Amino acid sequence: MSSQQATAQQMQAAPAEDPARKTGAQIVWEVLTRLGVDVVFGYPGGAIMPAYDAMPGYPIRHVLVRHEQGAAHMADGYARASGKVGVAVATSGPGATNLVTGIATAMMDSSPIVCITGQVSSSALGSDAFQETDITGITLPITKHNYLVSRAEDVAPTLYEAFQIARSGRPGPVLVDITKDAQQATAPFDPHAPPRSLRRRRPVLRPRPEAITRAAELIDAAERPLIFAGQGVVASGSSGLLLDFAEKTGVPVTSTLLGLGGFPASHPLNLGMMGMHGEAWVNASIQEADLLIALGMRFDDRVTGKLATYALSAKKIHAEIDPSEINKNVKVDVALPGDVRRTLEALIPCVQPRTRKAWLERIAGRKGEASRRDVQSMPSGGKLFAPHVLHDLWRLTAGKALVVTDVGQHQMWEAQYYKHERPRSLITSGGLGTMGFALPAAMGARFARPQEEIWVVAGDGGFQMTACELSTCAQEGLKLNIAIINNGYLGMVRQWQEFFYNRRYVATPLRSPDFVMLAQAHGLPGLRVTRREEIPQAVERARAEPGTVVVEFKVEQEESVYPMVPSGTDLREMIRRPTFEADEEEA
Amino acid sequence: MSRESAFSIPAGRRTAQTLIAYVEDQPGTLNRIVSLFRRRGFNIESLTVGRTEREGISRITLVVRADDDTAHRLEANLYKLVNVLQVDDVTHAPSVTREMAFIKVRAGQDRRAELLQLVQTFRARVVDLGPETIIVEITGTQEKLDGLTEVLRPFGILELVRTGAVAMHRGPNKGGSFEEEIAADDGVAA
Repeated sequence: MSSQQATAQQMQAAPAEDPARKTGAQIVWEVLTRLGVDVVFGYPGGAIMPAYDAMPGYPIRHVLVRHEQGAAHMADGYARASGKVGVAVATSGPGATNLVTGIATAMMDSSPIVCITGQVSSSALGSDAFQETDITGITLPITKHNYLVSRAEDVAPTLYEAFQIARSGRPGPVLVDITKDAQQATAPFDPHAPPRSLRRRRPVLRPRPEAITRAAELIDAAERPLIFAGQGVVASGSSGLLLDFAEKTGVPVTSTLLGLGGFPASHPLNLGMMGMHGEAWVNASIQEADLLIALGMRFDDRVTGKLATYALSAKKIHAEIDPSEINKNVKVDVALPGDVRRTLEALIPCVQPRTRKAWLERIAGRKGEASRRDVQSMPSGGKLFAPHVLHDLWRLTAGKALVVTDVGQHQMWEAQYYKHERPRSLITSGGLGTMGFALPAAMGARFARPQEEIWVVAGDGGFQMTACELSTCAQEGLKLNIAIINNGYLGMVRQWQEFFYNRRYVATPLRSPDFVMLAQAHGLPGLRVTRREEIPQAVERARAEPGTVVVEFKVEQEESVYPMVPSGTDLREMIRRPTFEADEEEA
Repeated sequence: MSRESAFSIPAGRRTAQTLIAYVEDQPGTLNRIVSLFRRRGFNIESLTVGRTEREGISRITLVVRADDDTAHRLEANLYKLVNVLQVDDVTHAPSVTREMAFIKVRAGQDRRAELLQLVQTFRARVVDLGPETIIVEITGTQEKLDGLTEVLRPFGILELVRTGAVAMHRGPNKGGSFEEEIAADDGVAA
């Protein structure tokens, strides 16, 4: 670009003379500021340059990512840590398409983010111009809604509406694609006018009183009931109500992966996680239950296993904000559409207080056998087992850290051994299972929770998918503790190969860089742990450092996550870890 | 108890379900609806779009082969599309459903009288008459269109086009107020 051209473009993007008018670019930041946004995650490029040029005039911090996928995950992590809308910014074409994995991740886990992308000028739309891509077409099935804005006067109402859609109902990602000429043109903007947008009427869903009554009758009459706590409990801020509900009815609580933290792990009624890597005694109890009270969850296949044999003896009550999830996978007896909070508020006064000693004892009776199979009962013998790392991390942080995990074996061990006591203390990619999520999501979470101890837990494979963001972390001076669980394999795939593909380890052995040196290359301290005894010192050292620290845990290579329900089988047919007595006999 | 994916419902259990969707007349709205059907595996039998008595609002009549539960989920999924204002399932409601077709039939002099009599019996109309062919226009229920098509088939159908069904509730108008200007922060579910 010649300097003359550059000057011409800068002049186009210069602030408007008339104070009552602003450029579309300015309006973007005016609106974001008024919506309370104080940080955005992004990457500049041609079609979004007018917006970037206008940004310094506003009290918004910009975090320059190294890849736009990181920007979307950061916005997502910010949203999950705060409950507020996270914002990612990217240019057209490759900038926008790089957001796609992050948007799909947010969609699957109902995380409220708004992605703002630049687009080629409206006169060039459809001409296959440089860096033009149909990003509204591409993201149509992975956004709650999206927009193409080609006029400056549409910028403000569209952004207000985008935020409202992202955070209301079942939250989700919204993308706003703004053409370059819409950013450059001016439109009237009154900074004091209340934020308004033309919105469609949608009745606020709430359960019918008859349905609440029917649900209460079923709960009172049930002898073997279970509460299923999903992410809806966390998202609706209903953890306290869930506690009241469980204690009043005496019904034990099991959680989905994204529901963890919605009910205190140390509570006597807590059973922990259900499903593919849930405890065998929890899954067995589900199959024996006579009533399931599902709160804000969607009966995902990782939760149910084989549907044809799933919880056949149980009646089902399903409280869920998205009515399209009700009767999707599992036929229910009582549908309670609506926000879980409102539903619990209506339901709690209608149920009778009672205890369920026999049922709780029956469930507890199954635990004893499980503890003998638990890897925590196993002596480390000088070796380092990943589940021991997660267990020790929980103990050393007193269960009070905000943990952000990647996807794979370490994620399941975290879910099993890090006991979460409060909502929004675990951030993980559940539905999409996006490797590379942890580091950028934790960086976003850092902005939402500046004071809290945050641990990133990632495998050697997933960490390398977005390891470039370590550079962003260093540039922004963020404090994170990063635990890399390095077993030299794509561990979960290796585990499936071990169980289901006759130990043919195809394309799963993984050679990694020296993570300690990688950290040091970014000017960050790096530590390596190879024995269990070294864990406390490394954790203490990481916590004491003012900036980000990378701790590499060189763990046993062929450890597997137990128990496991093979995909698509009955919940009772779990692959179990052999008991240790048996192990010793074999040895 | 097992999942009845729209992909896997036995054909015998499916019936024609008719839904009316009122949507914002905006670029991409139809794309969103068709994309939903594709992704969730709902099979569209017919889809018609047109203007309504209200400016800026289009009306889509959808006919799908599905059981009642699937139709309910389809309705719930349609409501998740921001541009969809209202969905009415008229399958089991008192309603009128009509479809139109043009059928171009081979019509030599020898059988023309016979053909025209059939057309009259079905209360169809001849809209084009040439030396070798005629075009028949028919409006009616799906069954009526199917019936005429069958009896015309032996004459030799050269071309056939059907519009897809349009439907309307009988009795007082069902349309409500679809939208209003509201504050962006009032928490109304999107």
